[in-house]
Amino acid sequence: MIRGILANGFLWLEARLDTLFGARWNPLYQLGALGFFYYWIVAVSGIYLYIFFDTGTTVAYESVEYLTHEQWYLGGVQRSFHRYASDGLVLMMAVHVVREYAYGRLKGPRWFTWVTGVPIAGLVIASGITGYWLVWDQLAQYIAIVTAEWFDWLGIFGDPIVRNFLTPESLDDRFFTLLIFIHIAVPLLALLALWIHLQRITRPAINPNRGLAVGTFVMLVALSLIKPAVSHAPADLVAVPTHLQLDWYYLAAYPLMEILSYGAVWAIVLTVTLVLLVLPWLPPRWKPRPAVVHLESCNGCGRCADDCPYEAILMRPRSDELPFEQEARVNPSLCISCGICAGACPPATPFRRKSDLVPGIELPDLTVATLRDQLEAACAGIELKPRILVFGCDHGAPRQALEGSGAAVINQPCIAALPPSFIDYALSRNLADGVLITGCREGTCEFRFGNEWTTQRIEGQRDPYLRKRVPRERIRTLWASAREGARLCEEIRAFRDDLQALERPEPGGGGRVPDSEERKAAKAESHV
Amino acid sequence: MSKLSSKPLPKPLAYLGQAVVYGAVAVLLGYFSTSPAYERFPADKAQLVLSFTHIGERTTPCRKLTREEIAELAANMRRSEVCERERVPLYVELSLDGEDLYSASLAPTGLSRDGAAQVHERFTLAPGQHHLRLAMRDSARETGFDYESELAIELRPGQNFVVDFRPEFGGFRFGRQEGS
Ligand code: HEM
Ligand code: SF4
Ligand code: SF4
Repeated sequence: MIRGILANGFLWLEARLDTLFGARWNPLYQLGALGFFYYWIVAVSGIYLYIFFDTGTTVAYESVEYLTHEQWYLGGVQRSFHRYASDGLVLMMAVHVVREYAYGRLKGPRWFTWVTGVPIAGLVIASGITGYWLVWDQLAQYIAIVTAEWFDWLGIFGDPIVRNFLTPESLDDRFFTLLIFIHIAVPLLALLALWIHLQRITRPAINPNRGLAVGTFVMLVALSLIKPAVSHAPADLVAVPTHLQLDWYYLAAYPLMEILSYGAVWAIVLTVTLVLLVLPWLPPRWKPRPAVVHLESCNGCGRCADDCPYEAILMRPRSDELPFEQEARVNPSLCISCGICAGACPPATPFRRKSDLVPGIELPDLTVATLRDQLEAACAGIELKPRILVFGCDHGAPRQALEGSGAAVINQPCIAALPPSFIDYALSRNLADGVLITGCREGTCEFRFGNEWTTQRIEGQRDPYLRKRVPRERIRTLWASAREGARLCEEIRAFRDDLQALERPEPGGGGRVPDSEERKAAKAESHV
Repeated sequence: MSKLSSKPLPKPLAYLGQAVVYGAVAVLLGYFSTSPAYERFPADKAQLVLSFTHIGERTTPCRKLTREEIAELAANMRRSEVCERERVPLYVELSLDGEDLYSASLAPTGLSRDGAAQVHERFTLAPGQHHLRLAMRDSARETGFDYESELAIELRPGQNFVVDFRPEFGGFRFGRQEGS
């Protein structure tokens, strides 16, 4: 329910941003990459700050003041970068988590990516808190005392930590050395965790598109100049920090500790962590079965492994007598059952004899043989002419939108699960007059690469490609989201008009694509 | 093959739209990085912190071993007395201008109740002249105190006044004061 609302919200917003940014620059499609971008900015600006930072209870503050005011044009800007890119990292992470949740991308084999994301969130927040602590202004003093009291609440430390921050005399320079060590070590741990996070993702998008990177960078520069990051008054343990300008991205829990209690915040942190960690296994259950290899049909070409978006296929030395070097092997615990591998497998062609239709790899729940049966049955049932066959996917425009449209529909988990030869088959065997291929909006494929691979296969840029002989004017593609059933209907209507125009024997052009004038004319005619 | 996609916006308009989105993100980042401010402590008040750790006396005093008892021990385990590990709880009282502000019996930490007892409490006070009295019992006695201190203080608004306990300095220790 909540998930549905969130998903709808994202679909809506993504479509709006598409009109402004285009799919390639749309920030919502590159949240992870944007996170990495912010991370690198934080890292580089952090190195600069570290060069000038002095560790010590009085010199720390002074060194940061020097950077902020005397060296505002460089050090100050670096400090602002460091702060705002850190904030951006949290913002991006929050949206990234909610989006993956909204689209349900945490179940089945994806649990690994989800679960390894959780500690990243903790490490990022911890990095930020220790960063604010280093400045040793009144905000830092407040953080020191409340953090210490929060840990002391656990009662596991012999001498309460907070006693280190009782009086100026109890402060220790060595503590700052420890703190800066933590402030460097924890982000590095986060980087390690990120590397683990992406272990099950093929070709993860870790660099944002150039347009998005430039835009984000310019935004950070502008923000840093308009509102430079500054410190509070220096820490003074003889005074109580009163008026605090909190960075809510990192410190939102602190007021809560004082308003509720330390115990309550421990309870919240633990509960949220636990819920996040078990979320992938809450109902509904993950049911799809992983892809299977039929060695007798596998020629070891490696296309399936190339196209698999989740690192689930490895090419291994041949284990049978066939005269090929390699064979495909599926790791079932990584396979997300998208079927893209079947779409890439050359022997998965409907032109084979029925008894032969065993591809090298396929989904047991939707075999290639079943797909051909479905195709033949569906096309036989088309009554409305010209006959349109729609290949769709379970995550793009909903097939229900086509009820009553007269078109036949075949859905698969992902549009790239469709071997291109099926398009050829439907048209060359005269089972349909036109084939419409539809899947998720550009940049939003549920299985990461489905619409991209499909386009490339049709355009002859990716194996296995759609044969040249297939008349391209009888093929349409539409990338539409689950909210865009209406667009699908509209496209079917337009396609039907165009196909009709093709059927009319025209002087001088048999299978030529009608231009827009002709299309309009045809439309007018059909309305008479 | 032809593609249908929603009509693209004219370039300048699209860039303008992008600028608006980036601007919104910048406002989001800039604003919540410092605002809304958190007024966590009333600027016209002062704070008193009572914070210390201290080990109370043993619940039962150590007992000297007799010569025979020592002889019975293994050679490497010989010592002259045996002690119970458990400590008494501390009893602390803090009063301000004659009124009780805090009193508590502080249990020793540790599973065998042999660790230091701890207290860390913050109190919000009106600034100005105050009379502080502190008393603590760290022995098995039922009444009276082992340590007592009184002090006249002058707190200014926003001041953080710390009361610690350091037996090596003779008992309660008071934070730096105005002019001292
Ligand atoms: C700084 C923090 C993070 C960064 C930089 C980051 C980065 C990324 C990147 C680059 C991807 C691959 C996207 C792609 O190429 O398709 C990804 C995927 C994913 N992330 Fe994160 N991530 C972060 C935190 C998190 C957190 C906290 C969670 C959840 C608790 C999470 C959950 C996921 C999931 C479930 C996917 C898989 C999506 C799929 O299967 O298609 N991430 N992340
Ligand atoms: S179905 Fe095929 S392509 Fe998809 S994850 Fe499984 S092995 Fe990879
Ligand atoms: S694409 Fe098919 S034939 Fe090629 S390696 Fe994979 S399973 Fe074997």
